[in-house]
Amino acid sequence: MALRILVMGIGNVLWADEGFGVRCVEHLSENYKFEPHVTVLDGGTQGLYLLPFLEEADALLVFDAIDYGLAPGTLKIVENDEVPRFMGAKKMSLHQTGFQDVIATAQLMGYCPEALTLIGCQPEELDDYGGGLRDIVAAQIEPAVKIALEKLAIWGAVAEKGRGDDSMIADPSIQRSAYEKGRPDAAEACRTGDDRFFPSEV
Amino acid sequence: MATTPNGFDLDDSGRRIVVDPVTRIEGHMRCEVNVDDDGVIRNAVSTGTMWRGLEVILKGRDPRDAWAFAERVCGVCTGTHALTSVRAVEDALKIDIPDNANSIRNLMQLALHIHDHVVHFYHLHALDWVNPVNALRADPKATSELQQAVSPSHPMSSPGYFRDVQNRLKKFVESGQLGLFKNGYWDNPAYKLSAEADLMATTHYLEALDLQKEIVKIHTIFGGKNPHPNWLVGGVPCPINVHSTGAVGAINIERLNLVETIIKQTTDFCRNVYIPDVQAIGGFYKSWLYGGGISSQSVLSYGDIPEHPNDFSAGQLHLPRGAIINGNLNEVHDVDIRNPDEIQEFVDHSWYTYGEPGKGLHPWDGDTSPKFELGPNAKGTKTNIKQLDEAGKYSWIKAPRWRGHPMEVGPLARYIVGYAAGHEDIKNQVDGFLRTMDLPFDAVFSTLGRTAARALESEYQCRLMTHFMNKLITNIKNGDENTANVAKWDPSTWPKEVKGVGVTEAPRGALGHWIKIKDGRIENYQAVVPTTWNGSPRDTQGNIGAFEASLMNTPMERPEEPVEILRTLHSFDPCLACSTHVMSPDGDELSTVKVR
Repeated sequence: MALRILVMGIGNVLWADEGFGVRCVEHLSENYKFEPHVTVLDGGTQGLYLLPFLEEADALLVFDAIDYGLAPGTLKIVENDEVPRFMGAKKMSLHQTGFQDVIATAQLMGYCPEALTLIGCQPEELDDYGGGLRDIVAAQIEPAVKIALEKLAIWGAVAEKGRGDDSMIADPSIQRSAYEKGRPDAAEACRTGDDRFFPSEV
Repeated sequence: MATTPNGFDLDDSGRRIVVDPVTRIEGHMRCEVNVDDDGVIRNAVSTGTMWRGLEVILKGRDPRDAWAFAERVCGVCTGTHALTSVRAVEDALKIDIPDNANSIRNLMQLALHIHDHVVHFYHLHALDWVNPVNALRADPKATSELQQAVSPSHPMSSPGYFRDVQNRLKKFVESGQLGLFKNGYWDNPAYKLSAEADLMATTHYLEALDLQKEIVKIHTIFGGKNPHPNWLVGGVPCPINVHSTGAVGAINIERLNLVETIIKQTTDFCRNVYIPDVQAIGGFYKSWLYGGGISSQSVLSYGDIPEHPNDFSAGQLHLPRGAIINGNLNEVHDVDIRNPDEIQEFVDHSWYTYGEPGKGLHPWDGDTSPKFELGPNAKGTKTNIKQLDEAGKYSWIKAPRWRGHPMEVGPLARYIVGYAAGHEDIKNQVDGFLRTMDLPFDAVFSTLGRTAARALESEYQCRLMTHFMNKLITNIKNGDENTANVAKWDPSTWPKEVKGVGVTEAPRGALGHWIKIKDGRIENYQAVVPTTWNGSPRDTQGNIGAFEASLMNTPMERPEEPVEILRTLHSFDPCLACSTHVMSPDGDELSTVKVR
């Protein structure tokens, strides 16, 4: 029987490069289709809401913005037991802490997928509320998806060119192009804030 | 020493303890308290340390899309923000939704509430009362007897079952994955449960995990996807197709049956596990009735779950609407969310400016112009604050007030308003609970009261779900499959300039979105979220907010281990994960704990 595979992007699209994971699954579903044993999911900012999907998967591939302390735009792939450790590398945001806990919870409950792969990208900018992906991170979407396709092929999922199932992908109004093009300018919508998170604006 | 207009004696001469969470999403929060020589909290300062600004990123966007942005703001109550947003747009454009859409929205909103309440109690809050490490010492046989005594109807109660759970827990802890339970103060005397009660509650922690993943399936069924389900201005986006073979993804009998099964399962859990657990745990903490704060004085609820579509009059709402002030439970004031004199936000102690001091603005006229400055007595630097000066500006949260009063919002507020208004279901539940606990009515004004209200509300909400499920099915059987009104979908049908307001009760309290639409685009958007009410800083008159008040006069067993602070702050269900840094008087970090 084919492995049940969950491909998931997590992160908050409202925080610039934090949206990397969600944008990757968006791109994947726009360009590739799979057999029904593969689910492509926008995991967004949610934690425990993701458990039912984990329970139904034998293998999980996650895209996320991860602060590895590397140069911005660097992709790093981590597998299996190493995954939780990296998800908590630097707790920049709730979803990272949250997802680490989701995996721990799934393990405690005995429904964690056996195979885990994390494709992480080092963000350049997180503290830009309402902002989109920086160029150097956006440029990694295609390479990240390419790596994912190779991994999926090893897991027995062959991708076919063409638009895939987007029923579990974000609403079009918040997908990357609409979101980034519709952003109000800085004069209209102030982008600065708490100096501890926006130190360049002191 | 100074007394606030809302009656709290503040004394900042004692040791200052700083609890500083770091997180994103619904808002970062930091709290500082002064404790006297006996370890009793005599001054409390709560601050939101994050610039949120949903308001500004929506400017110029299509109002029909606002919900999709709104539901990304928060990591927990995403659907509630979306619902509030579509209600605001519908109010502005005078769009009526069909009956089925009302039922389905209520079902989604109720499912979100129950999910949030269960997860909050078992997975975020229980560890403030329950010690899972102590559970390893429990006798499974005695635990089984305890279980059968507190809840005879719950089938999972054999000694073997508890032994298995205990072994599983042991393995988990021994494998070094304490993860979920790490950073606890497990030897703090503030924990009062017996080992058997600890094992019972920890076992239910696991049962609740299994249950919560069922509840969220309701969002997938009605919202098309989950997380971040889909919403629609004018109704709900899911088509119903019961009478023919139907479109893929449409609601059919099989899916409706699944929803009914999940509701039944959830109802059983609330009745046989959740409420008995709160009673059993509460029994060990009956002498710990701190944390009431302003709940005995001023509480506010906008109300929610309308019986009929498009009718938000107070008498038609299943979750009650009203305001209580000055502790007078004999008078429940109605709340007019449009009246510029009722809800106003002040910024004298917030990092914003209105150009003049002492001014309050109704959200429709809301202004979000940041002004970040520390008071003269703050310690540290702007980028590394050691200690805030609450006499100056000290929070990114504005100070909303209802007719000038700081208000507590949330499940306890809803239940106090409902009780005072003579809401029969609520009154019966509260009276029954107090009788079982052998506690007087005043006991509800406490941390425990907040926690109990959430449990009772979950059970009541299960009954409401059954009600709306029946209503939906009857309607469909009668041939009505309509789920959306798209008559005004096209912006060319809209007036040039309109404004609207949408409100809901989020799990953690009153939530409102105020919108102004001009030439088909969002001109202004203001959200006043529950955490803004509860976490508000001081106002012009010096009234302290709900979080601040709730910490006052609480004794701490060990001031360097803020178990009591966390217990009370968590009882509000602030939706943020946080790290706390406990500072010694000279500013050295003593320890760090992750707070959930």
